[in-house]
Amino acid sequence: MLIKDVICPFCGCLCDDLAVEVENNKVIDVKHACKIGAAKIRGHNRIEAPMMRESKTDEFREVSYDEAINEAARILVDSKRPLMYGWASCLCEMMKKGVLLAEEVGGILDNTASVCHGPSALGVQEKGIPTGTLGQFANRADVVIFWGCNPVQAHPRHMSRYSVFAKGFFTNKGRKDRKIVVVDVRKTDTAEMADEYVQVNPGEDYKLLAAFRAAVADKADVIPDTVAGVSKEKIVELAAAMKGAKYGIVYFGMGVTQTRCKYKNIDIAVSLTTDLNAYTKFSIIPMRGHYNVTGAGQVFAWETGYVNGIDMSRGVPYYNPGETCSNDMLMREELDSAFVIGGDAGAHFPAQSIARMAKIPVIQVDPFHNPTTEMANIVIPVKVSGVELAGTAYRMDSVCLRMRKLVDVDFPSDEEVLDKILAKVKEIKGVS
Amino acid sequence: MKLDAIFISGRTVNQGVNLENKSSTAYFDAAGYCEMNSTDAGKISTDPGNNVKVTTDFGNVVVPMRICEGNPDGLIFIPMGPWANAVASPDTAGCGMPGFKGLPATVESTDEKAPTMPELMARLK
Repeated sequence: MLIKDVICPFCGCLCDDLAVEVENNKVIDVKHACKIGAAKIRGHNRIEAPMMRESKTDEFREVSYDEAINEAARILVDSKRPLMYGWASCLCEMMKKGVLLAEEVGGILDNTASVCHGPSALGVQEKGIPTGTLGQFANRADVVIFWGCNPVQAHPRHMSRYSVFAKGFFTNKGRKDRKIVVVDVRKTDTAEMADEYVQVNPGEDYKLLAAFRAAVADKADVIPDTVAGVSKEKIVELAAAMKGAKYGIVYFGMGVTQTRCKYKNIDIAVSLTTDLNAYTKFSIIPMRGHYNVTGAGQVFAWETGYVNGIDMSRGVPYYNPGETCSNDMLMREELDSAFVIGGDAGAHFPAQSIARMAKIPVIQVDPFHNPTTEMANIVIPVKVSGVELAGTAYRMDSVCLRMRKLVDVDFPSDEEVLDKILAKVKEIKGVS
Repeated sequence: MKLDAIFISGRTVNQGVNLENKSSTAYFDAAGYCEMNSTDAGKISTDPGNNVKVTTDFGNVVVPMRICEGNPDGLIFIPMGPWANAVASPDTAGCGMPGFKGLPATVESTDEKAPTMPELMARLK
């Protein structure tokens, strides 16, 4: 059976034109997906049964779902500062349950944006964001800037569907209708196919963005001969190209959020985009990684007011990045347990943070064995959302889409596991 | 000889392909290596496939070296994952985000073995 119009559950592009061949409840072919999306839908070896162990150096022993869920609930109830991290590979329906559970146990609710676009959220809180949808950018943008992102490697179909080669209403010649600029510290595969590659010195994006603002404001006289490794001449030339765009778009990635100045880079990139709107139409958008990390931000924001790093221990949501995000709390050794779901802290936190995680009980809810499993005491395998379960996800431009179920499996969903843990937590606490 | 460098990490296609296959040798091949340009490789007298030791203020890791001529002199790249994290900074500068890019590092040729993912995690327990 060929299932058409499947939405890919890998990255924030949520490509919605996949066709998946399913026979005898098995995926046998994935058409139109990139290499990464196809690999995810085809599947990998998974954790077959719930597992537990006392010490992280012990071997796991197989247990029942009830035993794992009850012990997870007991750990959460006994914890004063439980971290509840991940969520970006979950569907929105599960995140809502996660907020309820975090509220009940007074947990710290954090998602993978913490090590991805968390600084972007801070930048947006400072300055707002002039943005749009990927459809608008595909149909209109004739000047496309990739700043600190490498879609050839991280979002392989982004360029063909939305940003570079896509033929749109006002961009019907596709690539020929667009000027592509890449700003990066190294000549990436994306930079190789750009019209302009601007090599910025590592950690000096803020300086270069400030220089572009000066050039856009016709204040080039204040710009030194070289800024962040880029010549004044090039800065002035590119600023003119930005102002001359019919519609410009800045796509930015972790090259900006993870480098020096972090959220201030986003703050000034938004300001540059806003400045450009005095001359033409310009938008800016983060390139989101996990397929539903945008959804995690949406759900957490509408439930608590904040997108990540939310401390629920006070009875009301409290947010102070630098204090309440996962790595800060781990390094202060403030956490006394961690509940990791729909994200892999073990693979994506600095080793020194993970060493702190090794000292506390870790509960993992995930289909796959990964570095978090190596640090876990309880492992609860679940369905692969978007392949084995339908539900809601948000594309990187905050367009919400319905993910499809392709095959049936016997594993419970994250939502069922969260429901049971929440019920057990309430039972232990004696609340209704 | 040690080379002074700036370390960054980032995504790659093959790291993504093996994102849910992290116990495999394919994941090690996809995420456990260090890229530098051939000039820098020459400075530490190493060839592609040979192991190098990357050290920052926050740790060290041994991984095979690969050539990427797109890297400017003094810039080294390790794909995001446990090997890059071994040298990443947990300091968030007050905004929640650790330091995965732009850290001063040294790189040297070594005969030490590159750790597998479980070996890397085991040394944190």
